[in-house]
Amino acid sequence: MSESIFLDIKIPNETGYLRLLGKIGEYLAQSLESYPGDREELAYHINLVLTEAMANAIQHTADAKRSEALHVTLRVENRKLTIKVYDQGQGFDFSNLPEPHPSCLAEHGRGIFIIKTLMDRVSYRKYDGGHVLEMEKVLF
Amino acid sequence: MLTTIESRDAVTLIQIQEERLDAHNSSDLKGQMLTLFEEGKNNMVVDLQGVRFVDSSGLGALVSGFKNASARNGNLKLCGLQPQVESMFELTRLHRVFEIFPDSTQALDSFQE
Repeated sequence: MSESIFLDIKIPNETGYLRLLGKIGEYLAQSLESYPGDREELAYHINLVLTEAMANAIQHTADAKRSEALHVTLRVENRKLTIKVYDQGQGFDFSNLPEPHPSCLAEHGRGIFIIKTLMDRVSYRKYDGGHVLEMEKVLF
Repeated sequence: MLTTIESRDAVTLIQIQEERLDAHNSSDLKGQMLTLFEEGKNNMVVDLQGVRFVDSSGLGALVSGFKNASARNGNLKLCGLQPQVESMFELTRLHRVFEIFPDSTQALDSFQE
């Protein structure tokens, strides 16, 4: 795989744009012609993790920052996809999220679990007054 | 959210006419289900045949409906899951919570048993 792609996206901080960001990720995955796995499955997963990450960032945006665009980057380089989603809020407890159990009928709390399951490396750290959720997927 | 809601005997069939069930429209679905519960319609089938994509918020809305139905001595069953949608239920283990049927006929019939 020799592709090198970098997308730098500013998108309104509204759930109405989840579909657009998800589709961008989907198209990016479908364009990775040398990806040896199931590209349609990869496309679905990238759509999903972008949707979850953006919805999470919207949820955790401080009220004073609501009018500002969300910043998202997608980079394909060295056989690896790296997605960064920046939020402007107080953040959340990333490391202490339980795995869903069938007897747990919570209505929330599955998004980060889904991201951690579908991506190879996930981190969440402070960045420039907010936080960045960084997700990596090895593509070979 | 676009849905078609029909009453079949004592069961309400909700067909979701959206390609995506996500954080943008899942609260609409929760609201529509709550209205039905308030009308005393406690047995439901949610038909996901047209849904190609579901995120954790969409799953949360269905869990909310399931809990509300159970609390009212009813049930909420699912049908028509596309393969990628079904994989989300398996990933989050929710396939062990819901009764899931291939199509709405079988889901509706299951309430007669």
